Amino acid sequence: MSLGISATQYLQQVKNGSTSVEEYVAKTLERIQKVEKKVHAFISVNENALTQAKQIDKKLKAKEKVGSCLGMPVSIKDNICTKGMKTTCASKVLEDFVAPYDATVVSRLKSQDAIIIGKANLDEFAMGSTTEFSYFGSTRNPWNTDYVPGGSSGGSGASVSALECLASLGSDTGGSVRSPASFCSVVGLKPTYGLVSRYGLVSFANSIEQIGPLARTVEDVAFILNIISGRDLHDNTTLDNGKPDYTKDPDAGISGKKIGIISEMVRDGIDKDVAATTNRAVSKLQRLGAECIPISIDSAVHSVAAYYIIASAEASSNLARYDNIRYGYNFDLEGYEFNAYISKARSSFGPEVTRRMLLGAFVLSAGYYGKYYLKAQKVRSMIKSQLDEAFKKVDLLVAPTMPILPFKIGEKIDDPLTLYLLDINTIIANLAGIPAISVPYELAHGLPIGIQFFANSMQEKLLLQAAYALHKTTNLPEVPI
Amino acid sequence: MTKIGLEIHCQLTKLESKLFCSCKADYRGFEPNANICPVCIGLPGSLPILNQKAVEKAAMISMALGCKVPQKIGFFRKNYFYPDLPKSFQITQYNAYGPTSIGYDGKVLIEDKEIRILRIQLEEDPGRLVYEGSSEKTQITLVDYNRAGTPLVEIVTEPDFETPKQVRLFLNLLADLVENLGVSDPSLEGALRVDGNISIDKGNRVEIKNVASFRDIEKALHFEITRQQSLAERNIPIPSETRHWDEARKITVSARSKEEEQDYRYFPEADIPTILIDKTVIERLGKNMPESIISKKERYIKKYGIPLQVAEVLSSDKFYSDLFEQSHNEKNAKEIANLITTDLKGFADTKEQREQLKLTPTHLLDLADAIMSNKLTRNSGKIALQEIVKTGKSLSEIISSLDLGHVDDESSLVKVINDIFAEEQKAVDEAKNNPDTINYLVGKVMKKTKGKANPSLTLDLIKKRLDTQ
Repeated sequence: MSLGISATQYLQQVKNGSTSVEEYVAKTLERIQKVEKKVHAFISVNENALTQAKQIDKKLKAKEKVGSCLGMPVSIKDNICTKGMKTTCASKVLEDFVAPYDATVVSRLKSQDAIIIGKANLDEFAMGSTTEFSYFGSTRNPWNTDYVPGGSSGGSGASVSALECLASLGSDTGGSVRSPASFCSVVGLKPTYGLVSRYGLVSFANSIEQIGPLARTVEDVAFILNIISGRDLHDNTTLDNGKPDYTKDPDAGISGKKIGIISEMVRDGIDKDVAATTNRAVSKLQRLGAECIPISIDSAVHSVAAYYIIASAEASSNLARYDNIRYGYNFDLEGYEFNAYISKARSSFGPEVTRRMLLGAFVLSAGYYGKYYLKAQKVRSMIKSQLDEAFKKVDLLVAPTMPILPFKIGEKIDDPLTLYLLDINTIIANLAGIPAISVPYELAHGLPIGIQFFANSMQEKLLLQAAYALHKTTNLPEVPI
Repeated sequence: MTKIGLEIHCQLTKLESKLFCSCKADYRGFEPNANICPVCIGLPGSLPILNQKAVEKAAMISMALGCKVPQKIGFFRKNYFYPDLPKSFQITQYNAYGPTSIGYDGKVLIEDKEIRILRIQLEEDPGRLVYEGSSEKTQITLVDYNRAGTPLVEIVTEPDFETPKQVRLFLNLLADLVENLGVSDPSLEGALRVDGNISIDKGNRVEIKNVASFRDIEKALHFEITRQQSLAERNIPIPSETRHWDEARKITVSARSKEEEQDYRYFPEADIPTILIDKTVIERLGKNMPESIISKKERYIKKYGIPLQVAEVLSSDKFYSDLFEQSHNEKNAKEIANLITTDLKGFADTKEQREQLKLTPTHLLDLADAIMSNKLTRNSGKIALQEIVKTGKSLSEIISSLDLGHVDDESSLVKVINDIFAEEQKAVDEAKNNPDTINYLVGKVMKKTKGKANPSLTLDLIKKRLDTQ
């Protein structure tokens, strides 16, 4: 039995008895033991995983009803609440926080007998694009451990890529699922805003973020989406999707589909390797029968600025509760005047979180609201209406997920603006609330490059079919770690 | 000229659950921190779920105060730090970017003065701080989040009140209104809280906070008017400040340090999508609305010719108006209104008195009929009412047991009149020359019969006797 199978293959093997849940989970735990020193994808690992696996095997043997995940080991980004396991958000502030409840996505996975194998590393409170801003240390890219895995769901991307689990849940605020999917060569989906419940996802920028699955194949992503999507009574922003089966007809193909290539993201001056890969992917799509045309979404050039204003504004409010009064880390009260105490408590936030909270409080303050926040919201509406227009002409949009190849750990950490600009190809989906998916397509210099598709709101099925068609044509090597 | 504006917080205590979770809206009677859940204490990852009933009830309050209810309402975050605020922001409503609060632009008539309602907003109450000893000297501050998330309606008026009395009338009206609507029990401690701002002669505005019971606001306002006037008389400038009501000393005290201007960094709450309130909802709520105090008052005046002041008292007190509605008919309405607002006063003012009251609408109906048909003098009516309140006996029983019936019997009246004529020779002579003084004789007869003599019959008989002399 090999660990390097897809979730769909795993289900078949458990069903036909060629592997047991215990066997697969035990091997997974061994694998984690072996590679974690190099990859550091996890903040915590579930100590009861093997016991849970045995229980599921027992139920299978007794022909009792078992949920559709059949004990599949899944990792969960550590900003998604899990009852009885720590949810740290990779922050000193929540270092020992154990949520008294499961996030809706977690309880849905558990009810289908998935095993939460561990909590995946991230940038502190999901703020970052490289997973270097974790209080617990960076995650490394399994394709080359000197390199960043992308972020902020770097632990999710790396754990799937390094065969430490079959699938993972990340969260995508400005590209945080798709960036590590692209850099770690796995599939990552950012669903339509409201398709997946955010209940239990520790808020960073609540008007734009969504929980999304990462897995080794498009089918696997569709399988997880089936379980986690749909209306939730704990989240007022969730939508009724009518519970379609996203795994049905994955191979419907893209023949006859119109695909727009976003000119602003595929233009002269972008990284040569990324450009070449993207061009080959577009040719491939044409050969598969799609009609590809260039299309301009020129408001996208303002997307990074608008995003960092809106997301930081929301973050400054969402994180204000971590004041060391209700939760936080202990230090002696003695000798602190009230304001000094709060300021000491707040100093436990890392540099990126501090930067964004300050920025966010500033753009919302009296006299600047109109100048920054309202203007950013106008850009957001503009992007939304340009995308609406685009989807009248085409079925899907395509662009490289990341504008550059993975880079070395530490290389850009002191240059926040450059890091912010890494999100330039992903942010429009968050600001407009539309779904987007990153599919691994090629390697350059041994480093992964992903291709990204966008579809109109609630068009996940179409998105998955296109991703499936392109992914099927690839033949990527096994992860070297 | 005095200008007073109010900011009133009213808890919707009669709702089942809090504004954003399923914990109890009425937190009273719980052990500290026993009426809480991940949502109302703002645990990481929790999300607010809007209580639909709270929106409807707040809309009804808005409609009853003559406010417009917008088609789309939205929520905002008010960001500030305080230990009783678990998320470090309060979910509230905000109209700076267009009216999206549950009500705006209303008006209410108080003593013929139009009081404009600026806005009505739905928001969550924070938790409570409990101090060990006084808040100034305490070493320990405890936080109880049982109240956190209780649905609260904030009503903001324009500075249209001119007297503390108008404020009291308005607050009475409001207390009755929320009780009438079945949304709140204003008698619960902290259910209705009032802050005021007051200025005299276009002077600076002074805010009065910390008035624990809304009955004290009238006292606080009176104190402030006197204080500000005495400063003005001596040409001492009145600073713009916040003053706290000192309940023990019954004075307002300057809040020690003027808090610096807070920047609340309001922005939209994305966790609660914009709510559409369509016409059919408004229509349905309108149909289920109890009659407003204002329309009740107008109806009493127009339909029955009840004087303004009587109508005001009657309509603004649900207990009185319910009694009235159940007992009156077209003919006796005015009499019953009088009975309730003058004779019943003093016997049914407090909650305890009302609970022990034996009076039924039938009693009132009988009483009014007896008075109007001259079977009972008004004075005897008052005595009978006092007895009914205590015993609950029927009117006829009371009339016979207390011997209150009119002396309608001509022969016995004539006898009394003969006696009076004998005793009051001088007055009789005077009455012959000046008929205006006849009333003196009537009064004497009434006195002798202990008020039971039929007044018109007595007058007739006296006139007859004078003519024949």
